[in-house]
Amino acid sequence: MTATMVDVRGVHKSFGRLEVLRGVDLQAEAGSVTVILGPSGSGKSTLLRAINHLEKLDRGYVAIDGELIGYRRSGDRLYELKEREVLRQRTHLGFVFQNFNLFPHLTVLENLVEAPISALGVPKAAARARALELLDRVGLADKADAYPRRLSGGQQQRVAIARALALEPKVLLFDEPTSALDPELVGEVLDVIKDLATSGTTMIVVTHEIGFAREVADTVVFMDGGVVVEQGPPAEVLDHPRHERTRAFLSKVL
Amino acid sequence: MTVTTTEPTDTTEPTDTTAPPPATGPAGLRVIPARHPWRWLAGVAAVVLVAQFLHGLATNPGWDWQTFNAFVTADSILRAVWITLQLTCYGTVLGFALGAVIAALRLSASPILQTIAWAYVWAFRSIPLIVQLVFWFNLSYLYKRLGVGIPFGPTFWQFETMDVLGALGAAVLGLALHQAAYAAEIVRAGVLSVDAGQLEAAAALGIPRLRQAWRIVLPQAMRGILPNAANEVISLFKGTSIVYVMAIGELFYQVQVIYGRTGRVVPLLMVATAWYVLLTTLLSIAQYYIERYFARGAERTPPPTPLARARAFVRQIQESRLSTAPGGRS
Repeated sequence: MTATMVDVRGVHKSFGRLEVLRGVDLQAEAGSVTVILGPSGSGKSTLLRAINHLEKLDRGYVAIDGELIGYRRSGDRLYELKEREVLRQRTHLGFVFQNFNLFPHLTVLENLVEAPISALGVPKAAARARALELLDRVGLADKADAYPRRLSGGQQQRVAIARALALEPKVLLFDEPTSALDPELVGEVLDVIKDLATSGTTMIVVTHEIGFAREVADTVVFMDGGVVVEQGPPAEVLDHPRHERTRAFLSKVL
Repeated sequence: MTVTTTEPTDTTEPTDTTAPPPATGPAGLRVIPARHPWRWLAGVAAVVLVAQFLHGLATNPGWDWQTFNAFVTADSILRAVWITLQLTCYGTVLGFALGAVIAALRLSASPILQTIAWAYVWAFRSIPLIVQLVFWFNLSYLYKRLGVGIPFGPTFWQFETMDVLGALGAAVLGLALHQAAYAAEIVRAGVLSVDAGQLEAAAALGIPRLRQAWRIVLPQAMRGILPNAANEVISLFKGTSIVYVMAIGELFYQVQVIYGRTGRVVPLLMVATAWYVLLTTLLSIAQYYIERYFARGAERTPPPTPLARARAFVRQIQESRLSTAPGGRS
């Protein structure tokens, strides 16, 4: 039995009156790939953003590798951490955005070395060497000195994945990484993610790519209405869903 | 298959039609550009008016170009230009430094700081600059001494207001405080124009807060800030002429002094105008290159600078000469 890497317990989150997460529990083992599916508005993205504390929680907690994210526990109370400490914790979590969010005024290489140098204090030369290695891994070694806007969407997302990897995170979070891409570019990004999956990185992926879920996921989680409706191995959830809501969703997207 | 060729194509007598031509040959038809006689006429009229004006500049004795030449590089004028430049420089640097701080307060999470920043902008945009300048000039009437110490407590160090705040100091203070209010809004607008996803990405990467602002947000905000900031610097540069009310020997004041003495109003106003135009031109050129620098990464292929374009043009002429010269003889 491997250790639990991601531990989400009873997470609640509201935006004003709208309760987006209504008590979410989710565990992911080290090295596993979890794919979260669900209709839009089901709270998938909010959950992912809550995991690296881009959203504060109203109730519940998130722990990564046994460390609470965003809070410090003392007795039965949770104290909010200072921003500086949250920023430090986030270096353990790679986040890949739907819209890439590369820094357009920095070259690809500068995008990759920025966080290791300024957040982790990695020496410049080492950060550069590591960045070039990662670019090679996502097949973009020749684009190191290009500005992001000169790249295609698929290339930009691959750079964004390399940028997240540059911090050597414990967990990689993907928020609909292929939703902003032209159909013919989706494959190249999924290939990179698949490659990472086989290399033993713990990953949580929010996506609409059912085929990808079937092929790569260890666990498929179906969310709807701010709760986890069901979860299990892809063969179970995708082919023999137990809940009506899961069935209804799958019949629409498959 | 029936092809509807109406008539055999008449080559001798062209007919006016907008119907597509029969598909006879691939490249038989010549394109004649449309003519625009009114456009030409308006152009000629404008050129005549400009020529008339230029002719007047050269021949009307009222412009008195001799006096202009005598004064345009006179020592007193150069000294005045220098003071104008100093006022502009201090006003810009202090104004934008303070403005950036106020913008940061306005964008901070603290409602107290936000309110103070808002109130600052409100106050200094409400008071006319000239009123403010005269007010600072008379500050010593209100506070004879200024001191540093514990608020509402003992003072450790104090000095006469008149000693630290001379006329030039009061002018710089007034210009900078006034400028800061506008600069704050310009900086804030620039920061707001940066996509929220940029800050989110920086936060997700754990980049420290100050570094996020300095390395990620500000360089991108600069694109929005610069055109407005350049406007402000240029308007401040010319606006320094307002401090003539404090009898500071900047360009406009100096020019007034001279024409008060000599009575040559028009040529001396032209002296001031020439300097203002020259220096504004230099500022505009600087603006162009600074904006270009901050546009890096924003466009797929940045357009060439005017200088690069001129160089390319010269090179093209040289090349065409080189290629035609030997070819023409052989």
